[in-house]
Amino acid sequence: MKLRQRVLAVMLALGAAAPASAAADARRGEQVYKRCLACHALAYDRVGPRHCGLFGRRAASVFGFGYSAAMRHSKIVWNARTLDQFLTDPKKMVPGTTMTYDGVRDRTERADLIAYLKQAGQSAECRR
Amino acid sequence: MSFFLMPAPVASRRQFLAHSGLVLSGAAVALLAGKDALAATSGHARSGDVVILNTALSAELEAIAAYQLGAESNLLQKPVLELALTFQGHHKQHAEVLASTIKKLGGKPALAKEKYNFPVAQLKSQTDVLKFAAQLEQGAVSAYLGAVPLFGNRELAKAAASILGDEAMHWAVLRQALGESPVVPSAFMS
Ligand code: HEC
Repeated sequence: MKLRQRVLAVMLALGAAAPASAAADARRGEQVYKRCLACHALAYDRVGPRHCGLFGRRAASVFGFGYSAAMRHSKIVWNARTLDQFLTDPKKMVPGTTMTYDGVRDRTERADLIAYLKQAGQSAECRR
Repeated sequence: MSFFLMPAPVASRRQFLAHSGLVLSGAAVALLAGKDALAATSGHARSGDVVILNTALSAELEAIAAYQLGAESNLLQKPVLELALTFQGHHKQHAEVLASTIKKLGGKPALAKEKYNFPVAQLKSQTDVLKFAAQLEQGAVSAYLGAVPLFGNRELAKAAASILGDEAMHWAVLRQALGESPVVPSAFMS
């Protein structure tokens, strides 16, 4: 147990030391994105809004999607930094959001996911 | 397709039918027990809980519509069709329990959309439909997993976990039907 705890502590320390972008890998991020597919798609609105065009767009700006008042009033502009913050703990950044999802707490997974979202924005699916 | 070498899903469908009427789990019964019972158990069901339940309900309603699309596609052969309808039946039960709980907590249950934008053009074969369904079920597992820690009320968290277990079984069976290996991809869900 002791040893395991120590190994864990070292792993956590290493994780914390590694800059989030160093190993960002969109292919791994695509796997993480599968968690989002309960509610999102790249090119069309579902329970959550579409993700094509996400980078640089203001929060709650997909026309016709029924956002929460919390998201509409959040004044966020989506970029790697704001996404990192939101996806760590959505309801902390936007209290009252209808994205009732605990978030992606692992920073490497989050960096991969954001790299994927960025890459996907340039994909054929999004350029159609 | 490996699915046809596998009698189990059809047998389980039969078993499901034989037992239907008895399918409400303890968790679902707890949900149906009413607001007082919810309030009396561990943790208050806050308005935040209603929001979580409503997002879950919206996803369940979409799943029901997705299976309907699959069932009406004429792409599914009989045993697969039966399986799809069984899973759709589970989603209907989830939706009913979620909606009634939302009402008991004083909320307004989300309604099904008039139109869903499913990627119909990409569904050309039974395999496509199964893959689509598997993706939705995998997502549902993640969504419930991401909802469980957010509930103020422990009974609601338990009920969500109960639904999560069902979605995970759907996902595994669909992976099996698709011949994906390993059928159960890992020891932990995320
Ligand atoms: C349980 C369903 C659900 C899951 C799972 C989910 N989302 Fe969401 N998401 C939503 C909803 C609903 C909204 C709208 C929130 C609001 O209006 O408050 C949203 C909004 C967003 C937004 C803001 C978009 C905009 O147009 O302003 C981003 C970014 C986002 N989600 C990313 C993700 C990512 C990445 C994942 C996977 C880790 C994910 N979501 C998982 C339901 C979900």
